[in-house]
Amino acid sequence: MRWRDRVIFWLDHRTGVETAIRNFLYEDIPASSGWHQVFGSVALFLFLVQTFTGALLAFNYAPTPGDAYNSLRYIMAEVTAGRLMRGLHHWGASMMIVVVVLHMTQAFLYGAYKKPREATWIAGVFLLLLTLAYGLTGYLLPWDNRAYWGTVVTTAIAAKAPIVGPYLVRLLGGQGNIGVVTFARFYGLHVLLLPPATTLLIAVHVYLVRKHGVAPKLGDETQPSKKFFPRQAFHDTVAIFIAFVILFVMAAAVRVPLERLADPTDTTYVPRPEWYFLFLFQTLRLFEGPLEIIGSVVLPAMAILALILVPFIDRGRLQKVTQRTFAAAVVGLAAIGWTGLTLAAIHTTPKPLIPVEIDFSQPTDWLQLSPVEMAGIGYFREENCISCHTVGTGKPTIGPDLAGTAIHKSGAWMIQHFKHPAAMVPGSPMPAIQLSDAQLNTLAAFLLKLNPRNAEALQSAPEFAVAGALLYQKNQCGVCHAANGIGGKLGPPLNGLRRRRSQVWIEKHFRDPQALSRGSMMPAYKFSASEMQDIVAYLFVLPDE
Amino acid sequence: MTETPAVNDIGRRRFYLTFIYGLWGLMTAALAAPALVYLLLPPKVRGGTEWVDAGEVSPLQPKIPVERVFRKNRIDGWKITSENETAWVVKFPDQKIVAFGPQCTHLGCAYHWDEGTSEFLCPCHSSVFSLDGAVVSGPAPRALDRYDVKVENGKLLLGELRESDGKNA
Repeated sequence: MRWRDRVIFWLDHRTGVETAIRNFLYEDIPASSGWHQVFGSVALFLFLVQTFTGALLAFNYAPTPGDAYNSLRYIMAEVTAGRLMRGLHHWGASMMIVVVVLHMTQAFLYGAYKKPREATWIAGVFLLLLTLAYGLTGYLLPWDNRAYWGTVVTTAIAAKAPIVGPYLVRLLGGQGNIGVVTFARFYGLHVLLLPPATTLLIAVHVYLVRKHGVAPKLGDETQPSKKFFPRQAFHDTVAIFIAFVILFVMAAAVRVPLERLADPTDTTYVPRPEWYFLFLFQTLRLFEGPLEIIGSVVLPAMAILALILVPFIDRGRLQKVTQRTFAAAVVGLAAIGWTGLTLAAIHTTPKPLIPVEIDFSQPTDWLQLSPVEMAGIGYFREENCISCHTVGTGKPTIGPDLAGTAIHKSGAWMIQHFKHPAAMVPGSPMPAIQLSDAQLNTLAAFLLKLNPRNAEALQSAPEFAVAGALLYQKNQCGVCHAANGIGGKLGPPLNGLRRRRSQVWIEKHFRDPQALSRGSMMPAYKFSASEMQDIVAYLFVLPDE
Repeated sequence: MTETPAVNDIGRRRFYLTFIYGLWGLMTAALAAPALVYLLLPPKVRGGTEWVDAGEVSPLQPKIPVERVFRKNRIDGWKITSENETAWVVKFPDQKIVAFGPQCTHLGCAYHWDEGTSEFLCPCHSSVFSLDGAVVSGPAPRALDRYDVKVENGKLLLGELRESDGKNA
């Protein structure tokens, strides 16, 4: 015997592992097996990916409301490949829902739940519920506004359940407020209770599939059976690979939302659940007052019961898929209903107050800049300073690194240098900057703010905020108003405006201040539509303080 | 019914196996590589040194080490904690100022200045360092570590703590 064979023989003799794998791979499957039966394997694979990425995320994640958000930002902004890991986990969750539903749809259409496979089907229904439970509990863990408010709604729905409602809410720790207790319980469920429960149920599900064999089609009994390996294993592998490529591309390319830190006092936030719960959310809206319980408890409970009872309702003999028109109609109606409700929910979602989203997974130091400094970024970009200078990182170029503190002279010196570069720094090849004194002052203010620690973060200031700050400077808003602590005291400070006024109010107020604030000394401003959008968005992203 | 594998079937089997092993290998690599990078590469540090104020330079007497306490921000994962740190600051007759890290290079005990012998002594395993930080005796493997130092407007500014290399200062 060869050395390799001897090792395998020894291992198999002591553990039986090779025989077990062999038995598993060379399972008999019906002749009709093929591409339509790959979804279970894909779902199992996605579960493993979720376990793997979840464990990796846990290595850098602090599961308390005090630290969760910051540790997640740390994962996304500072840990190498952290953004990818969160992307895989986030999109993997969505994908798992999709694949589990596809798996069930296939089993339903083919009547794979029929005797003696009822228990297999029921185990599958519970696996679907577990998958949804992961989505529900995981939603809270980033502890941003989205997570917080979504969970407020969820626990409020749970509270409406007859009799058990109050107990359920107490169990979830969410009496009145979502806080540390709810967070700990959701995290505990998500990482301690659900995974072993899922593993156990998957084992039962797979055991039952093996016990009864893969569901045959009509006519399979006259055909010789096939082996799972390698043909069906090949089908499963290709399907898994396709799912993996989609997941990987999404994780790498599609931004995973992270909003501002959870803020229980934010009255402007419009909570929405994850996309796969939107249909439930919309169902709930169809029933008002005393009927609400129908949407929140009765209908979902009936739907789950109906799923469980499917094998007992349809007890007819096995038919060809093409003849199962009733089953196809049920699937079709369910799909139409689901799509309709989801679209309605999306359609009725009010547009967010801030027309642009800020990516809170990036450093957001720019939020703290004064309007002058922020406008300075505008001139910095307009004048294309970056073509000759580095800012903190990158290869040395013609000019010095602007984040180096050594070049930070007084504002007056810098303005003179901008106007006559060679006069201040002999031999400097820098061209003079053609801007007004006020504009040069703005530019100098930004450059003086730069240091190696914040350079990257400040440069990531979004275009709308810079444009808004430029307008703010040009119109000298700072003479009367303060923003981020800088500016006059004649008008009200602008931080926290988001909380006080609506977007419509502010736009109207710009056009005709006296109409809304009687006795206001503020002049009217005629902004173009895009200017209005920029200035309002800029005012709305100012921190609340 | 017995099946005799035709040449065609063997070719197909090989095709299946190649794909199965190939695709699983690819997926394993695509997950393992980022996972290793995620776990093993140090996280991005927001660039640049922070210079912290460690007091006035003027009170320093030549060749008399002083223990200076200052506050420094320590970046600890997702947290930034402000904590007290100490340095032994020595001014040399040529006006050069050196600031030593407060821990013995052997096992990290806090050493102190012994005025009698004019040497730094570590109480744990009796490592002895001279005024310029070089190892005089004991198990210490290298000279005392030093902070980056600069003086601005009469203030002593300390930067990063750098590990010394070798027993001599």
